[in-house]
Amino acid sequence: MDTHKDKNLTIKNMVKTFGKVEVLKTVNQEVRAGEFFTLLGPSGCGKTTLLRIIAGLEIPTSGSVILGNDDITSLPANKRHVNMVFQSYALFPHLTIYENIAFGLRSRKINADEIKRRVNEGIEMLRLETLKDRMPDQLSGGQKQRVSLARALVNEPDILLLDEPMSALDAKLRAQVQEELRRLQRKLGTTFIMVTHDQDEALVCSDRIAVMNEGQIVQCGTPEEVYDYPCNKFVAEFLGAANMLKAKRVDGGVETELGFFALDKIPDWNEGLVTIRPEWVKISENKPDHNGVLATVEDSVYRGTNFDLFLSPGNLRVRTSSYKHFRTGDKIWIELTASDLVALGD
Amino acid sequence: MKNKNILWRGELTTEGSLLRKGLAFLSGGISWLMIFLVLPGLLFIGVSFATRGDHGELIWKFTVENYQRLAGYSLFGWTPDYLLILWRSVEVAFVTTLVSVILAYPLSFFIASRPAKSRYVWLTLIIVPFWTNMVIRTYAWFYLLSPELPLAKLATALGMIPPDTPLYPNAIAVYLGMVSVFLPFVVLPLYSSVERLDWALVEAAQDLYSSKIRVFMQAILPQTAPGLSVGIILTFVPAMGTFVVPDLLGGSKYMLVGNLIQQQFGSSRDWPFGAAVSLGLMVLTMISLQIYNRKGKEIEVL
Amino acid sequence: MRKSHPIIKALALFTVWFLYLPLLGVAVCSVNTAKGGWVWKGFTLDWYFKLLDNEWILNSAWNTLELAVVSTAIATLLGTILAIGISRFPWGRKTNSFLNTMLNIPVVIPDIIMAGSLVVVFGILREVSSIFDMGMIDMIIGHVTFQIAFVALVVRSRLALIGQDVEEAGRDLFASNWYLMRKVMLPLMMPGIVAGAMLAFTLSLDDFVLSFFLSGPDSQTLPLFIYAAVRRGVTPEIHALSTLVVLITVILVVGAERFSKKEIA
Repeated sequence: MDTHKDKNLTIKNMVKTFGKVEVLKTVNQEVRAGEFFTLLGPSGCGKTTLLRIIAGLEIPTSGSVILGNDDITSLPANKRHVNMVFQSYALFPHLTIYENIAFGLRSRKINADEIKRRVNEGIEMLRLETLKDRMPDQLSGGQKQRVSLARALVNEPDILLLDEPMSALDAKLRAQVQEELRRLQRKLGTTFIMVTHDQDEALVCSDRIAVMNEGQIVQCGTPEEVYDYPCNKFVAEFLGAANMLKAKRVDGGVETELGFFALDKIPDWNEGLVTIRPEWVKISENKPDHNGVLATVEDSVYRGTNFDLFLSPGNLRVRTSSYKHFRTGDKIWIELTASDLVALGD
Repeated sequence: MKNKNILWRGELTTEGSLLRKGLAFLSGGISWLMIFLVLPGLLFIGVSFATRGDHGELIWKFTVENYQRLAGYSLFGWTPDYLLILWRSVEVAFVTTLVSVILAYPLSFFIASRPAKSRYVWLTLIIVPFWTNMVIRTYAWFYLLSPELPLAKLATALGMIPPDTPLYPNAIAVYLGMVSVFLPFVVLPLYSSVERLDWALVEAAQDLYSSKIRVFMQAILPQTAPGLSVGIILTFVPAMGTFVVPDLLGGSKYMLVGNLIQQQFGSSRDWPFGAAVSLGLMVLTMISLQIYNRKGKEIEVL
Repeated sequence: MRKSHPIIKALALFTVWFLYLPLLGVAVCSVNTAKGGWVWKGFTLDWYFKLLDNEWILNSAWNTLELAVVSTAIATLLGTILAIGISRFPWGRKTNSFLNTMLNIPVVIPDIIMAGSLVVVFGILREVSSIFDMGMIDMIIGHVTFQIAFVALVVRSRLALIGQDVEEAGRDLFASNWYLMRKVMLPLMMPGIVAGAMLAFTLSLDDFVLSFFLSGPDSQTLPLFIYAAVRRGVTPEIHALSTLVVLITVILVVGAERFSKKEIA
């Protein structure tokens, strides 16, 4: 039982060109069975193309898709045990919700009792009981999304693909759906591969994130890894606010316009960038022992849960808890802790 | 390349077989149109340079005589008869289009100002004549123009027609018939533009200019131009070639090019000349549309 | 909503009367006991009953229907397949503009020119086979030729509304070519196909010129019959027949509107 859940997905030397445009440039990636894997990147980075190749809706120019032990590169979508939640949901407008969900089972000619059982299971799992006789155009965006999920999941796919599943939802609903989606994936243990350009979505849902840019996977790791230890400037900035400092390597650390900073991990370059997230910059009354800078508050922005302070020199952004009040012109000591300062690669 | 696998809308195929499949889908309809539309059209051009036999049969002997005849030259010298018919057709089509447009504007605005429910009824009132057979709509004028009714009596009083005769066949009847037949062709497309009119722009224009004509020219005309253009073309082109209306309401007294063409394929059985007149009509229609395109754009720029 | 100016309203009402007064006149005459002339003599439905006895009229009505049904069936089939061929394959720019031209010619060309050219073609084909003698077959071919374009245009605009993703979703959910066609594409195209067929049917009923040029002695249609009768001199039966035709038009128009409203809703 559940053998399909043991299948890893391997993308090997994947290249895809459309005419003269190279959309994917040699992508190699493994997705482990049962994980929630996210392809994160700006629009045009090739993430959707990669997803469509996995779905069987595009054929790569070269390279292969291997599921378990089978090479499925040239199998069309209707022959692969992989299902997709489309960005537009792509529900069949002429079929009821029930028939939409049953579509995949019916086209495989599964027997009627089995179809009934599995569709009802899907309906229950995604709380669609009251909607099953409605038509798609009578549903809200969130409801359509759940139908689309049910329609894919009742087929018990080896992999569920999600193409920007939340782009059509409003911000409030999105936060709620992110958590639900994660819980659902944990419960089912099915491999989920999601494409998104929204870093929050990626961080909340995923076991692992692959950050893509210009047709390549730049960094792949757990949310903590990619957020805390971005490998380059692109990843650091794409995943959230980041302070960038130009630096030169010296003994035990780096020299910047703000002075010397000790680093835990000494970079392998001579000149480059170091970064620190705004919320990791520590503020103290007195001069810290290491990595301290005396800064002036240039501006202070209230954001509800915290303040964002903009400091000179260096145009640093610092995030503080909201009960601490600072005014423009205040002088404060800050500390850029050696363990939180990350040296970036190219 | 042709045998490379591709996925087209999720279907696994090759470029070659996709092309073959596409051509198979096109083949039925396109061959039909080729055989019964394009080839006859080309043949028609050829026929217009052929000769009519003594019994109306086609003789494939090249001649430009048919066009000479259309231009008025014959054994007996030059007469403007055919050119007059051509010119009259342009005139009738132009006036019909113009009057229809003038009547269509108030009607479209009126319908657009009705509440949603009755708007549907009003619109249906325009669509029904649009789809009613042209023969019926034309001969229906016989009744209104009959000698017992006020229109004919008025014309008699003005000395335009002798007493106790109907107000047809003549030019007035042709114009009345033409406008009533073609009016819906302008109203329907124009209405679809009027319905979408941005009234804020009209109000802004009303604030800025005092004259109503300027408000119309600067705010309403440009916004309704798309529907108006469709309406004008839908009216002018068929009006140029129409033959039912002039035949029933104009008779031999007010012949248009449509009647002339019909004669050649009917009673006279002179296909080469009929083809030549048809091509003359085609060229005239295209020239008129060309002029409209140019002048029309100038007006929109104003 | 904006109220319209009294002058605009007056002009609009005048225009509607202008459209309907002639038709109303015919309707009035159709229930008038007077056999000739236009003076009211009293109410009767006799003329309508007389229609049923007139074999010519019944024959013409049958021909009209046969012509419309057969030509619509052929044109709907060919036009629908053509529309799929045009919009569901990756044609280049040149092919697309060629296909567009092919669809637009029958729509914009004056019908009298199309009719004239078909007279010539059938005249030549007649030498080869007597199938092409003036009559029903010629008329059907003529009607199909302009109907195809209208059907294809309507179905194509419907196909444009069916997104590529719905098709791909069907594939993703294991549908084979045939299953996808039957369960997704055809049902979604159906409103367009029906609308195209209704348009083609109405165009055929409405046509006078092509039928007039191509008809033979045994293939009179109602518009031809009315035209010939009117030229001989109008009779109350013709008024009754015309009124019936107008009423059928009203029913078709209202029915078509109901249908398209339901589809949008």
